[in-house]
Amino acid sequence: MEKLLEVKNLSVSFKTFFGEVEAVRNINFHVGKSETVAIVGESGCGKSVTANSIMQLLPMPPAFFKSGEIIFNGENLLKKTNKEMQSIRGNEISMVFQDPMTSLNPTMKIGKQIVEGLVKHRKLSSSEAKEKAIEMLNLVAVPQPEKRVNQYPHEFSGGMRQRVMIALAMVSNPRLLIADEPTTALDVTVQAQILELMKEIQKKLDMSIILITHDLGVVAEMSDRVIVMYAGQILEEGTSDEIFTDPKHPYTKKLLSSVPRLDMSRNEPLFSIEGTPPDLYIPPKGCSFYDRCDNAMKICKDNMPDFDRHNNTHRSRCWLNHSMAQSTEGSEV
Amino acid sequence: MSRYLLKRTIMSIITLWTIVTITFFLMHSIPGDPFRKEGKMPVSVYENLLKKYGLDRPLSEQYVIYLKNLLKGDFGDSMKSKVETVNDMIRRGFPVSAYLGLEALLIALVFGPALGALAALYQNKLPDYISMIIAIIGISVPSFIMGTVLIQFVAKNVSWIPIGGWGEFRHTILPAIALSLMPLAYMARLMRSSMLEVLNQDYIKTATSKGISKSAVILKHAVRNAILPIISVLGTLISNLLVGSFVIEKIFGIPGLGKFFVQSINNRDYTLIMGTTIFYAIILIVLLLLVDVAYIFIDPRIKLTKEGR
Amino acid sequence: MDNNLSSIKDLSPDLFQPALKEDRDSDRIRRPSIKYWPDVWRRLKQNRLAMVGLSIIIIMLFMSIFGPLFNKFSYYEQNYDLINNHPDTVHWFGTDELGRDLFTRVWFGARYSLIIGVLAATIDFIIGVIYGGLSGMATRRIDNIMMRIAEVVYSIPYLLIVILLSVAFSSEGAGTSMFVLILAMTLTDWVPMAILVRGQVLQLKESEYSLAAESLGASKGWILRKHIIPNTMGPILVNITLTIPRAIFAEATLGFLGLGFQAPRSSLGSLANDGLAGIAVGNAYQIIIPALFISLIMFAFNVLGDGLRDALDPRLRK
Repeated sequence: MEKLLEVKNLSVSFKTFFGEVEAVRNINFHVGKSETVAIVGESGCGKSVTANSIMQLLPMPPAFFKSGEIIFNGENLLKKTNKEMQSIRGNEISMVFQDPMTSLNPTMKIGKQIVEGLVKHRKLSSSEAKEKAIEMLNLVAVPQPEKRVNQYPHEFSGGMRQRVMIALAMVSNPRLLIADEPTTALDVTVQAQILELMKEIQKKLDMSIILITHDLGVVAEMSDRVIVMYAGQILEEGTSDEIFTDPKHPYTKKLLSSVPRLDMSRNEPLFSIEGTPPDLYIPPKGCSFYDRCDNAMKICKDNMPDFDRHNNTHRSRCWLNHSMAQSTEGSEV
Repeated sequence: MSRYLLKRTIMSIITLWTIVTITFFLMHSIPGDPFRKEGKMPVSVYENLLKKYGLDRPLSEQYVIYLKNLLKGDFGDSMKSKVETVNDMIRRGFPVSAYLGLEALLIALVFGPALGALAALYQNKLPDYISMIIAIIGISVPSFIMGTVLIQFVAKNVSWIPIGGWGEFRHTILPAIALSLMPLAYMARLMRSSMLEVLNQDYIKTATSKGISKSAVILKHAVRNAILPIISVLGTLISNLLVGSFVIEKIFGIPGLGKFFVQSINNRDYTLIMGTTIFYAIILIVLLLLVDVAYIFIDPRIKLTKEGR
Repeated sequence: MDNNLSSIKDLSPDLFQPALKEDRDSDRIRRPSIKYWPDVWRRLKQNRLAMVGLSIIIIMLFMSIFGPLFNKFSYYEQNYDLINNHPDTVHWFGTDELGRDLFTRVWFGARYSLIIGVLAATIDFIIGVIYGGLSGMATRRIDNIMMRIAEVVYSIPYLLIVILLSVAFSSEGAGTSMFVLILAMTLTDWVPMAILVRGQVLQLKESEYSLAAESLGASKGWILRKHIIPNTMGPILVNITLTIPRAIFAEATLGFLGLGFQAPRSSLGSLANDGLAGIAVGNAYQIIIPALFISLIMFAFNVLGDGLRDALDPRLRK
């Protein structure tokens, strides 16, 4: 499959009062054309920083790129000037943000917000722009679009606002859509509608999606491939099937077992991963999951394992993959 | 929304009535009466004077008469001036003061938010420091000091800028600058913090993600939202301007309402003090009301919340 | 880099034994923990402007108490041989049109200005905390009425009422007494403090620790004293530091309008007023010097207040 986006050795840090916080540590992944890739992990694992890095929306300072390349369509985005990035943002790459309640400008009409980027990129006239805005509202199934274009965000419900956000992101027919927790702030019923809508539009417009989420239900629904992040690093990567049916990394396994299932009995306690992720102010020397891992071995403390390829699409990063660890696998809970 | 307007108007009327009442009773609680000091005068003349100003009637009756006259727009006679009523003086002085005040407000409105926005955009960099130094000077240096400093260092050295007086535009330059500095400084500070807050909002990130230029993000999204709180304090700032004008008019010898007010204080011309105070209060409270109403129209969010109540 | 892990040889089998429990602690806190007030103080110290302000305030306080002792002149002593004497080695700040030493008079003026500022702020604080606290703790209806009243009071233009009271309670030419000045300044100015306190009370009233305290049987007054007021201290402190310069400014303006203190005492504002006449005849120092001190005091309190606000703002913590 042709690669649309390739992230190579990306490290992003934040300068704080205490020192450097290494939010993203040397990650590699790619997104193919018309493919949906999910990045999953707990809050603070670096998934949002990764997303914002691609668009270069991080506040700099305090954030800065320590190393790496972000190759989009054969060109390194990190080498682009501000002006060049502007012609890519909202044009070839768009983004849907987590909180629809705060992500729209409260004092600008919806229609204008949707087409603002497009007007700049494609030099539309104001009547063309308005038509386009109505068309987009139609596409995301907002009722009465002719009336709605002239309304302000506070006149929309949360779900409707997220539809507007999607319209805003899709208006330029981007090649890559980055959805940063697009349904986290919404009701469950609305979540399903929004996901359905995204899938539909993806098919129509033939674009790639990076889906940032901590919700594995959403991942199963949407994505072709899954990247599991923890403490700023990728721990496992594979197709959705591989991740859901044959997870290799203990963290992935725990993530999966922490999803409540309908077939669970009432008395069965909900599973949660004990402890908290490490503070990236001083990242651990060894495996970042060491403190919370049931299968931790002595070697894990000071040595971060490299990736192990299970097949062409599936790789993970765990000492359990080492041949000498086979004996301990039996003791797994 | 109309309910809100009604409520707001009623509150304004209550406030005005409170001020009128306080002013009236304060001025009448002063021991003795204003004519005792005029030196010896025949008892008949003295009693005539009392009668002329209605001071021989019970206080409550005087109060009702005063209120009635006020409603008709009559602020009464001056006790010291034989030729002009309070209304005459307001008519003569207010346009001058209003002109000066508007000029100062314009200066403050143009430069204050601009400085504040600049400071926020270059937070902790040189433009920030320069703007905030100007703002701190504006807040720390009372206008009467600024006025004298300007006279001392500008008017005395620049031949076409006069030390005082009134009549031409050049007369207004220094007093307007001196008067504008405090509101300018307040606006700059408020704009800076408001702008910093807005720049951290999610919708600024959304706007950036659309690929519009940085200046478009700042002007159309950040400034547009950051300026709203400034509009809401405009009333208070105008009130500052008004009071500042007493002092500035005194320093620059400007024949505005402030000068009459200060004169009336020095002459103990109680009816004039009362009249000008109440006139000022009316102007202020009407302006505050207008600003509030304007705010409803400027901020689209307010309409709904007010209707929703 | 995607090589197979198993290709890494020469590792001791012992490394693949289960890790020791003591080595693992996911709740370990690696960042140094910071306490609230020391942290506020640390950040305030980092703010150079605020520290300059604090230093000026301390120096002003010291000099307003001991300054007049630095030379042998008193504030009322007139010397007609030395009127309008420009600053020199004897009269450091010069003399006024009555030959009084300005150095001494400036420090006395600063003393009055500071006393007025601090007293006004203290009274504002007391009224504001009581009124705001009561309003916040009261039932909705009473709270509503109390806030409407506060709103009306606050719409009365501040300086206008100050001037009015000074006119009403001072006899002609004699100036205004301290009591009237303070009364005038606090008459409307307690409202922001009350609104601030009420807001904090409302916010904290519903917060978990107050609920917890209440469910344990604590009385409302106890919660107010023990939980709410300590938590409201920050914003109140900021408000106080910003009230002081407002009162000093108001007093200076009054002094400048001829409504200041009773002569021969004079605040910095009345000193400036006295000096105004000096400009025309080349004695600008008579206004510049008191003006400079008013500005310095205003500057000091304003930057300290700003610094405090920034230091207390959790959003600005880095």
